[in-house]
Amino acid sequence: MTTEATPPAAKAGPRALARQRRRDSAVRFWKRYRTHRAGLLGLAALALFALVALTAPLTVGSDVSSVTGAPGSPMEPPSGEFPLGTDRFGRDLLGLLVWGSRVSLLVGLLAAVLSVAIGALVGITAGHFHGAYATVMMRITDWFLVMPTLVLAIALATVMSRSLGTIVLAIGVTSWPTTARLVRAQTLAVEARPYIERAKALGGGHWHIMSRHVLPNVMPLVLAQTTLMISSSVLAEATLAFLGLGDPTLVSWGGLLQDAREAGAVSSGDWWYLVPPGIAIALVALAFTLCGRAVESVLNPRLGVAR
Amino acid sequence: MTADLPSAPVDKAGGTALAGPPAPGPQARTSTAYLRYIAGKVGGAAVSLLAVLVTSFFLFRLIPGDPVKYMTGGRQVSAEQLAAYRREFGLDLPLWQQFTDYCGKALTGDLGTSYQFRAPVIDKIAEALPNTLVLTGTAFVLYTALGVFLGTRSAWRHGRLGDRLNTGLALTLYSIPSFWLGLLLIIVFSVGMGPVPGLFPTGGMESGGEEGFAYVIDVAHHLMLPVITLVAVEYGQTLLVSRSALLDEMGSDYLTTARAKGLRDDLVRRRHAVPNAMLPTVTLVFVNLGRTVAGVILVETVFSWPGLGGLFYQALSVPDLPLVQGLFFVFASAVIVMNTLADLIYPLLDPRVGR
Repeated sequence: MTTEATPPAAKAGPRALARQRRRDSAVRFWKRYRTHRAGLLGLAALALFALVALTAPLTVGSDVSSVTGAPGSPMEPPSGEFPLGTDRFGRDLLGLLVWGSRVSLLVGLLAAVLSVAIGALVGITAGHFHGAYATVMMRITDWFLVMPTLVLAIALATVMSRSLGTIVLAIGVTSWPTTARLVRAQTLAVEARPYIERAKALGGGHWHIMSRHVLPNVMPLVLAQTTLMISSSVLAEATLAFLGLGDPTLVSWGGLLQDAREAGAVSSGDWWYLVPPGIAIALVALAFTLCGRAVESVLNPRLGVAR
Repeated sequence: MTADLPSAPVDKAGGTALAGPPAPGPQARTSTAYLRYIAGKVGGAAVSLLAVLVTSFFLFRLIPGDPVKYMTGGRQVSAEQLAAYRREFGLDLPLWQQFTDYCGKALTGDLGTSYQFRAPVIDKIAEALPNTLVLTGTAFVLYTALGVFLGTRSAWRHGRLGDRLNTGLALTLYSIPSFWLGLLLIIVFSVGMGPVPGLFPTGGMESGGEEGFAYVIDVAHHLMLPVITLVAVEYGQTLLVSRSALLDEMGSDYLTTARAKGLRDDLVRRRHAVPNAMLPTVTLVFVNLGRTVAGVILVETVFSWPGLGGLFYQALSVPDLPLVQGLFFVFASAVIVMNTLADLIYPLLDPRVGR
């Protein structure tokens, strides 16, 4: 065994080669991503938010949302003890903001994954199978595409029980058509290439072609789409919670805004109750949008979003 | 809500029409092709509307529990009263019969009776519709004009400071929840904050008691903040769409030709580049109307505007199912109808489409 003497590529099996290729393309991706300043900024902001959300049990703890043991008196303006003031029950708003990031980010993430998964499934199958199936699928996609998504999500959230899963489902099953259209277009482009014909000639079935050849090729697109979709899912979650359709037992940024409005923070001018959750929502949404656009322009310079 | 950033090539009209062979020959063939194109679009819209009708029926029958419970609002009622309620709203019939009744009535404009107001849903909608049209129409015209204006200018000078500022601001405003912006504007400009006095009313559409010209001024005064909110959160989308549409045209040969003829830069942009960039923009502006509907619901709620969105919020909080269902139908069909209109206008903008 003289492994040290021979160059690794010469002896490596197909798996090692594939791993090497994947690592190379990841490095290449990162090199190009690094040139997008806005994308880096978004990534840094996301890392910060993720850190805050993940360490929330250590920094604030779940009892921050308890109404009975509230430390302050209701509606206190910002002070040394409560940097962002207190809410209508006397709870610390900074603590609530940190605790609320968990639900907002979790729902945003899950809803986006669900939505993109549905979109990718519909897109790949509609691009792979021709005929009646594709026609019907694309008619449904077009129909969903023009539907007012939020109205549909509201309608779904109204008829189901108030819970986190409901919100995720309501956002996920209404926001997939854009992804489906993008993925289908990419699938059609991939399937026109000669190596798909070769795979078919060697006896590759539908499943083999879709999972081993088409999926890896649409994956970058799916990744970019997920990033963009998280941004709109976070906004959608805030909107549903603001309309009172969220889980009332959980603290989220949209829920905090609804609380503030119900407590009359608007007419009494208690800006400290309203401003921080909105800024948090906008920052997270913006950060994901910036990342998504940077990923998109790295993968597909022709789109030209960040030229 | 969907992230319809300009990357989404949702060019329906272009997709179907450009695929067809070019139509050679006399004018008559072109017009029959156009009629066939129109018939196809209108037929598609009719199928979509039917799908909305069916969805709105079955969606609101999914609800767990008894709708009558929502009507009584938890009050103690006898079994006879419950039965009477069921009969009144037709809930004692089998599902298929409810469905045929519902379809038949919907075709004649009867969308049921609101639980909350004890009035026909169609009357409540007719009452609120003009108010929503005033708000949405004003905002739509303003944000489309602003978005296209800034977007084409951005693209023409892409990469410069002005472009980056424009795009950055548009992306930021695009990420802001519309209802939050509305609440902030109310705090600053209606309640008054620091040196800023309360300039605008906190909500509603009129102060009451005004007539004639004074009434128009009063409504415009109330309209100001809601329109600003809607324009601020919606123009970014149009900006990004028209920007990337124009960027796609930037390298084209006909622009070089126009410049070589000695046309001024401004004329090249306005006469040659922008008209071509408008084609995909028109489609996307209408496809994105769905997002505007969401914005309208939230803005009307925040500003207590007596329109469809405000009504939707009131209906949700009960929940007043016939009203929610009726409004769902109205919102969805409004977007479908507008999209079909856009499809019908499209061949007039681009003669290649619909041949």
